[in-house]
Amino acid sequence: MELAKLERVSDFEWHIEPRGRMSVPAVIYGGERLVEAMDDKVFEQVTNVAALPGIVKASYAMPDAHWGYGFPIGGVAAFDPDQGGVISAGGVGFDISCGVRTLLTGLSGAEIEPLNEVLADALFARIPAGVGSTGGIRLTEPEMEAMLSGGAAWAVACGYGQQGDLERIEEAGRMDGAEPEEVSARAKRRQRDEMGTLGSGNHYLEVQEVAEVFDAEVAAGFGLKQGEVLVSIHCGSRGLGHQIGTEFLRDMALADADLGIELPDRELACAPIASPIGQRYLGAMRAGINCAFANRQIISHLTRKIFAKLFPSARLDLLFDVSHNTCKVEEHAINGVRRPVYIHRKGATRAFGPGHPDLPEPLRPFGQPVLIGGSMGTASYVLAGTRQSEARAFSSACHGAGRSMSRHQACKRWRGRELVDELAARGILIRSSSMRGVAEEAPGAYKDVDAVVDAAEQAGLASKVARLRPLICIKG
Amino acid sequence: MLSNEVANAVERAEPAKLGWELFPHDADTGIRGFGPTKEAAFEQAAVALTAAITDPRGVMPRHMVKMDCAARDIEFLLVEWLNTLVYEMATRRMLFSRFAVHIDDTTLRVRAWGEPVDVARHEPATEVKGATLTALKVVRRPAGDWLAQCVVDV
Repeated sequence: MELAKLERVSDFEWHIEPRGRMSVPAVIYGGERLVEAMDDKVFEQVTNVAALPGIVKASYAMPDAHWGYGFPIGGVAAFDPDQGGVISAGGVGFDISCGVRTLLTGLSGAEIEPLNEVLADALFARIPAGVGSTGGIRLTEPEMEAMLSGGAAWAVACGYGQQGDLERIEEAGRMDGAEPEEVSARAKRRQRDEMGTLGSGNHYLEVQEVAEVFDAEVAAGFGLKQGEVLVSIHCGSRGLGHQIGTEFLRDMALADADLGIELPDRELACAPIASPIGQRYLGAMRAGINCAFANRQIISHLTRKIFAKLFPSARLDLLFDVSHNTCKVEEHAINGVRRPVYIHRKGATRAFGPGHPDLPEPLRPFGQPVLIGGSMGTASYVLAGTRQSEARAFSSACHGAGRSMSRHQACKRWRGRELVDELAARGILIRSSSMRGVAEEAPGAYKDVDAVVDAAEQAGLASKVARLRPLICIKG
Repeated sequence: MLSNEVANAVERAEPAKLGWELFPHDADTGIRGFGPTKEAAFEQAAVALTAAITDPRGVMPRHMVKMDCAARDIEFLLVEWLNTLVYEMATRRMLFSRFAVHIDDTTLRVRAWGEPVDVARHEPATEVKGATLTALKVVRRPAGDWLAQCVVDV
């Protein structure tokens, strides 16, 4: 992206003042190098979003922004229903409520090291992952409805995990306003055998070690200790979410065409929040969020069982569970008045600051944990929401490193087997049933996560708490 | 840049043989089929979708599944076709490598041949979540052959 097209507000904040059909400015967060490396489509998409009806304050792009579907990945935008605000299926994405949850094992790296190969093999064998995999659970129709309404709360009631997990999940593990009847039969059929599966592509389960603590007070508040082993799970709403995204993207695009609504990009297909299709999508999307919560809850349960056999003293308490593809109603200050707005976070993570009433009491003094996944050879991070984050981007932060090259290019440059061996030599065990999949996910195919996280901190979006290094990575 | 790549593919003056290719997209994958008819281009686009997951040559055409769909126009029909295929792959846990497509205006009927996913043999690299409207094109090229393409979310 040409920096000359942007107005530099600070080293980490860049504006595009309203022009053409934009009703608000576009704001891009990132250092010079990161922003320069962003493709031109980010400029196009973040400015297109700024022209959507009912958008408030600005259209934001996080430091890891890259080309998405209508919205940039790393895009944040809030809409006011009283101003004809819209909801967009492309602004949420195909993997509704894809997110990350992190569990604290209470073990040290030294304690798991003698058994790390056994642990890697056990996780690979027993966490369903990849194309064609099924969970051990097949839901009946009533169970499907209950899961879509109940989310992680449903899963806990079924014996997957403990009650204490729920307060450590956004929305206490259950998204209000879910309408299972708005989820199609096809979406439910697609999900029937996929509960408790990891998926494929950039989804993973990773065993990590706290390598560096940046903020000792917040780390202690989160229960993080240098050298402690954590487990992070990155996945979403599986086939159900994908099907909901597919169907509503099509339906909104067709509805816009019928109404004569001209959009600069078909994938900006959207509908007024108050419209019948807007309300149907909200109900279905919220059910999708519950599906993702339930899915990660089940995978956590499977992970706990595996650790219990190998490390009986391990606790695996849930630190937090974040989502990064959602549209949520939140109260934010708009021109000094707090009002509810519909916030799309597409490849962006909610980052409530200290004192926020929606945070569970033990975490409230410190801010919401923001879990940032890196690539499988680099690092992941735990950040914390800041007090400034609300004003910066409606309490939002980045979600990961973002790809820097296509899968095709990655496969040309790297061989999966060589990568696995190289990473093993560095003490990182990779387990995947596809070497091509490993090549596509090569660490070098991703942007510099350190730079992304530094930029997020410098921009006031979230602050660094700890850096995690990977020990074992299970990929679908 | 994708827009240049797509423009070059669409405006190509020499006819291509029947075939498919993947084209680069940052986060996901572009799939493209081409052939003497739009049906052939749709068939090849489906082979390209399989190629995003595994080598189509390794998928044995053992079992036949009938599929059908309809859409408002030919471009939405491509998206609908690919999403129907994704749905069948996911729910049957199958991969497909051979297709016989019949298009009647904006209705499509297909016979697809494939086999159950064998993880050890197919080593699926990724899962296709759905077909998107990005780079969506169904066109007759200057040389007279047809091209059908879009980006799929993986």
